[in-house]
Amino acid sequence: MNNELSCPLPMNEYDKVLLAHGSGGTLSNKLYNDVIFSELMNEYLYDIHDSAIVTSGGQKIAFTTDSYVVKPIFFPGGDIGKLAVFGTVNDLAVVGAKPSFISCGFIIEEGLLMSELKKIVHSIFEASLKANVKVVTGDTKVVEKSKGDKIYINTSGIGIFDREILISPKRCKDGDVIIINGYIGNHGIAVMLEREGITFESKIESDCAPLNDLISNILNIGIDVHMMRDATRGGVASVLNEIAKSGNVGILLYEENLPIQEEVKSACEIMGFDPLYVANEGKVIIVADASDADKIVSIMKQHELGKNAAVIGEVISNNAGVVTMKTVIGTTRIVDMISGEQLPRIC
Amino acid sequence: MKYVEEYRDPELVRKLRVALQNTAEKKWNVMEVCGGQTHTIMKYGINDLLPPNLNLLHGPGCPVCVTPIEYIDAAIEIAMNENVILASYGDMLRVRGSNFDLLSAKGNGADVRIVYSPLDAIKLAQKYKEKNIVFFAIGFETTAPANGQAVLLAKRLELKNFFLLSAHVLVPPALRLLLRDNRTKINAILAAGHVCSVMGYEEYIDIAEEFGVPIIVTGFEPTDILEGILMAVKQLEKGITRVENQYRRVVVKEGNIEGKKIINQVFNVVDRAWRGMGIIPQSGLEIKEEYSDYNALEKFPLTFKENINNKLVCIAGEVLRGIKKPFECLYFRKECSPEHPIGAPMVSSEGACAAYYHYYKNKTLTYE
Repeated sequence: MNNELSCPLPMNEYDKVLLAHGSGGTLSNKLYNDVIFSELMNEYLYDIHDSAIVTSGGQKIAFTTDSYVVKPIFFPGGDIGKLAVFGTVNDLAVVGAKPSFISCGFIIEEGLLMSELKKIVHSIFEASLKANVKVVTGDTKVVEKSKGDKIYINTSGIGIFDREILISPKRCKDGDVIIINGYIGNHGIAVMLEREGITFESKIESDCAPLNDLISNILNIGIDVHMMRDATRGGVASVLNEIAKSGNVGILLYEENLPIQEEVKSACEIMGFDPLYVANEGKVIIVADASDADKIVSIMKQHELGKNAAVIGEVISNNAGVVTMKTVIGTTRIVDMISGEQLPRIC
Repeated sequence: MKYVEEYRDPELVRKLRVALQNTAEKKWNVMEVCGGQTHTIMKYGINDLLPPNLNLLHGPGCPVCVTPIEYIDAAIEIAMNENVILASYGDMLRVRGSNFDLLSAKGNGADVRIVYSPLDAIKLAQKYKEKNIVFFAIGFETTAPANGQAVLLAKRLELKNFFLLSAHVLVPPALRLLLRDNRTKINAILAAGHVCSVMGYEEYIDIAEEFGVPIIVTGFEPTDILEGILMAVKQLEKGITRVENQYRRVVVKEGNIEGKKIINQVFNVVDRAWRGMGIIPQSGLEIKEEYSDYNALEKFPLTFKENINNKLVCIAGEVLRGIKKPFECLYFRKECSPEHPIGAPMVSSEGACAAYYHYYKNKTLTYE
C-alpha cells in the first residue's frame, strides 16, 4: 500500500442497467440520451415535457404515458392504482389539457392475492371518478412468481385542449413568482417510512391527488400561467432546475416560505433527506406574473388541495440556469439538480 | 421542529456573526473535522458569515471517503460469494474499489442490501438462516458501539450466519498525522461532536497541548458551528490552546461509558490504512480474537492485495487533509460529479467535494 495522496478513477460507463438509471437524476438522463433518444428522437420527443402535444384532425391533444412500480403497493394515503391514475392525469393537466381518457396495462405477478387486485382495481375506479376521466382500454399480463413484484401498472392518457394556452419554461421572466399548492415531500417520505417500517406519532400520508380541478380553477379565471409542472420524482428542486435550465433564467427560493409538514421535516432530518428532493404526487409548481400571485394563492387556498399554498420563490435575471435559495439564516446557497441520493421505486 | 430550529435561529446567527467580526483580528485557519459539519457549512453558506481573515479547512471526517480501497475490494469479493447477503450503508455502494463498485457487483448478481443500522443486518440474519449475512461496518467511533453491540447480540441470539467486516477508523490518530504535516496550516480544530458523544474528549487534551492548537468539541447546526469557531478564535487571539466543549447538550467529558465498554469488549486497536492518507498507526478497530466467529475476514479468508491501480488522478488526499479545497481540483464539476465520482469525497453526502458540488456558490454567480 503506498502513502501517496491518491484516489482511483471510477467506472463511468456501466455495461448493465443499474437501479440508479431509474433515479430521475443525471444517470437517467444519460440513459435517455445515449440509449433511447439516440434511436427514437423526433420533433415531438424533442420538446421534453410531461405530455406530448400532437394535433389530430385539427384538434390539439395532449398524450402521455407512465409506468408505476411503487413498493409497497399499498401505502398511507394511497396505493399503486390511485397513483397510476392521478400520475397520468397530472401529466396531462400541467400542460394545460383537460384529462379525458386513460388506458390501464397490468403486469401481475403470479400469486398476487385476488383481494389485493380487486382493491387496486376499485381504487382505480374511484380515482377515475374523482379525476373525471374514463378508463377506455387496458391489458393484463401475468408473469411467473418472482419475475415481478406483485403488480406493475402502466397508464397512458389523452387530454383535450379546450382553451388556447402556452405553457413553456421560455415564458418565465425576471420577477415572476413561483407558487406551490402545499406541503412538499409527503409522498416520498410516506412510501419510504412504510417500506422501512418506521412509524411516527402522527402519520405521514402521501399527497397523491388529481391536480386537474385545481389547475382548471386557476386557468378558468383567465390567469396567464407562464409555466407549470408537477413536482414528482426528484422533487421540487429537480423540477425547478429543469425550468431554470430550459428557460435560461435564475430561480431564487425562500427557505422560510417552503411549506413542509412538521413530521416530514423531522423524518427528513432523521434520515438525512432534503425535502426539496423528495417526490410529491399531488403538487403543482406554477410560474406566473407577480401581479397574479395573490389571486393564484387565494384560489388555491379555496381548494382542498391548496390549503397550504405559498409563494416559494421568484424568477431572477441573475444566475441563468441555476436555482439558489435564501436560507433561514439569511445566507444564499445553490439548490442543485438531484444526484447521488435516491429513493428507488417510490412511484 | 423543536430542539433543531432553535439552532438555526437567524437572530442568534446574527449575534454570533457580529461577535466573530469583533473577535477575529489576525488570520486564522480553523479545521472542522467531521463531514457532517462540512455539509452544514456548505448547506447554510456559513463561509459567507465569516470575516475574510477566517478560513475554514475541511477535515478527513467522512467515513466513506477514508475507507481504504482494499476493504471495498474485500466487500465485493465477499458479496460475490453465492451464499452471502452483503449489508451496507447506501453511500458505500458507489465507491469504486480496484476494479468496480458494489453497485456493479449488485448488477452482476451479488446480493447487496442497503441498511440503515447493523440491527437491520441482524434481522436479515434471522430471516435468511441459510445465508451468510455480512455487515460492512465503516465509520468512526460514533458507529462503533452499535456495530459492537450487533456482534454481542449475534452471540446472544446464537446466530451462526452474521459477520462483521470491520473497517472502523479512529479520529485522534488522524488528527495527530494532520497536525504533524507541515503542508496543513491548522490553527484550531473543531472536533466532531458525535464522535465525542461516544468517546468524550479526554484524549484530545494531550493533542491540544502537544501541538498547541485549541480544540473545540462542536455540534452540527449552524449556530453550533459559528459558536465553535468563535470559541476557537477567542482562544487563538488570547494565545490559549485548550480543549473546550461547545456541544454541551450532547457531549460529556468522559463520553458514553457503556458505549466505550462495548468498543473495548469487541474490538482491538490496530494500524489501519486510510484512503488518501496512507497507514496511520493505531487508528483502526478490528474484531477481537474472542469474537472471531463473527469476523468476516476469518470466515472469508481474503488476501489484501497491494493496490497497483492507485493512479494519481484526483486531489482527494489533499482535500481530506485540508491542504486544498475541492474547487482547486481540475476535475471538480467537470469530469467529477456525484454521478461520476472520481474521488470518494464526491460520492458520500458527507464528502467535502459533494458538499461543495451541491452548495458551493461559483464565483460567477451574483447575489443580492
